[in-house]
Amino acid sequence: MTDLLRISDVEVEYRTRGRGRVRAVAGVSLDVAPGQIVGLVGESGCGKSSLARVAVGLTAPSAGEVRYAGRPVTPLGWRRRPGAEIGLQMVFQNPYASLNPRRTIGAQLLDGVAETVTGAARRDRVGELLDRVGMPAAAADRYPHQFSGGQRQRLAIARALAPQPRMIIADEPVTALDASSQAQVVNLLVGLVRDLDMGMLFISHDLALVHEIADVTAVMYLGRIVETAPTRELWRDPRHPYTRALIDAVPQIGPTPRLPATLAGEVPDPANAPTGCRFRPRCPHAFAPCGDQPPTLQLGGRSAACWLNDPTAAPAAVPAH
Amino acid sequence: MAPLLDVDSLAVTLPGPRGPLPILHDVSLTVDEGELVGIAGESGCGKSLTAQTLLGLLPPGAAVTGSARFAGTDLLGLDHRGWQRVRGAGIAMVFQDPTAALHPMLTIGRQLTEHMRVHLRMDRRAANRRAVELLDQVRIPDPERAMRSYPHQFSGGMRQRAAIAIALAARPRLLIADEPTTALDVTVQAGILALLDRLRAETGLAVAFITHDLGVLSALTTRGYIFYAGRVVETGPTGALLTAPTHPYTAALLGARPHGTQAVGTLRPIPGGPPAPGEAPPGCPFQPRCGYAQPSCSTAPPPLAPAGADRSVACGVRPHLEVAAP
Repeated sequence: MTDLLRISDVEVEYRTRGRGRVRAVAGVSLDVAPGQIVGLVGESGCGKSSLARVAVGLTAPSAGEVRYAGRPVTPLGWRRRPGAEIGLQMVFQNPYASLNPRRTIGAQLLDGVAETVTGAARRDRVGELLDRVGMPAAAADRYPHQFSGGQRQRLAIARALAPQPRMIIADEPVTALDASSQAQVVNLLVGLVRDLDMGMLFISHDLALVHEIADVTAVMYLGRIVETAPTRELWRDPRHPYTRALIDAVPQIGPTPRLPATLAGEVPDPANAPTGCRFRPRCPHAFAPCGDQPPTLQLGGRSAACWLNDPTAAPAAVPAH
Repeated sequence: MAPLLDVDSLAVTLPGPRGPLPILHDVSLTVDEGELVGIAGESGCGKSLTAQTLLGLLPPGAAVTGSARFAGTDLLGLDHRGWQRVRGAGIAMVFQDPTAALHPMLTIGRQLTEHMRVHLRMDRRAANRRAVELLDQVRIPDPERAMRSYPHQFSGGMRQRAAIAIALAARPRLLIADEPTTALDVTVQAGILALLDRLRAETGLAVAFITHDLGVLSALTTRGYIFYAGRVVETGPTGALLTAPTHPYTAALLGARPHGTQAVGTLRPIPGGPPAPGEAPPGCPFQPRCGYAQPSCSTAPPPLAPAGADRSVACGVRPHLEVAAP
């Protein structure tokens, strides 16, 4: 299977006043295949959005490379994007900011329709796009403020679909929406991936949601991916203590109140990341080898960056749930 | 023993551009001393407006009927000075966005001690001492240094914990928490939930927790109220309410949640949207979105009626509801 999106050893560094250089993304590799949904989860500040911006070509990585359909993604500049990259599109968190308030929905959708489509066919394409996201054709003549948050996000998705993309990067696409609109937008995105055989990188801090829809889940902590696995396996048998902590922190519905497990400490400042394993200061299983940064160990179809998985270093594997 | 907070048949109408808009209808709820009570519903269902009514924060021109008693005081009859005595020392509030709730240009210490000096008439030294204790109680590392810090120097989770410390400064008996963890990561949320539960156990604090997340409702609270279009549609012990709902709306909210079943379209969105204030249909407000609606549902809103142990439901049909395992 060839990968549609291939992120290799990407680093993102920001220069800040006072704190020096901050490595928001410290070497991340991640692949997305056609028809696949890859979920990326992690706490705020872990670098997920920085990674999303690099993956779609909005900013340049300070090291590493992103390839879309086998070709390197060129960071967005003053010139127009190469035609080959039109198939790589993004859906942002806030549909209030990603749509132009002063232009009609139809005009904005037409921006994305290929120049080769001409005449009445252009108008038809707009109708098809609106239909695909479950909006009436009359929406084309209206402005963004005439729609609710959930409707607006569906319109933003229609805009991303206009150039017929093969790969969509969705950065917290439903975080700003109510539970019921969330369900509508998520079902729409999943349906698109399945129907059109697109790839999708779905970034969210909502673990339950990622659990529901992603084929593969990657867990990010402080600029690094600490674990990647098929979603069900990750959930059933996490191999990194941070993944375990995230799963246990999700509140569950049950017959009696049961508080979710808490994780000690705060997320460290990426400018002052701990040496060795970056999760070490908060990890309940930390032991001597953690002073060195753990390599990403391949564990048969999944991977984790934790010394507990290395039989030569670890006395025992991560305790099962 | 009378409940700490006793709200009975509360109705609130706000002035609108085209005449008065009814926002809350016939809301009754109670909170006991040391009880964790949850209030859940979609945005615009009236849960935040209920909180504003209980703190005297309604906009000018609001018309309120019914009654709301807190520790024997009739809240709806209070004048400006009366409200000042209740707010902070009786009922305190924590908001969704701690960045907006904290003053960006005053130190955390100054914001913490102000309440104590006003409500508890403490001198500066005593107030500072208690402020450090409070910061320690909400698990803020290095409390003495935190006293001299400004809000922007804290992370989101620390800011919310500082806002809780400030809310607790004047020893309130009831804390109203309006979506206090919605903007936070799950790990930080878990810490705040544990903190509220510990405060209840240690100090007898009562908490009314407003949320749209049914998982949070279940994990923290013992009794819950489900709001829809300004009405309580179902209430009872939270566990029973969420594992065996009797109102189609409660069941629909549960269905819209992720279940971990991993198949296309497994999230079941509720069709349509909640009615805007003043545009609710004549009968049951949920009837246009309800899969179990009968012709009788469009005549009058069903009253909240007893439905089993400590439970009430406002549904005229009472269908058998299929609920996916949580």
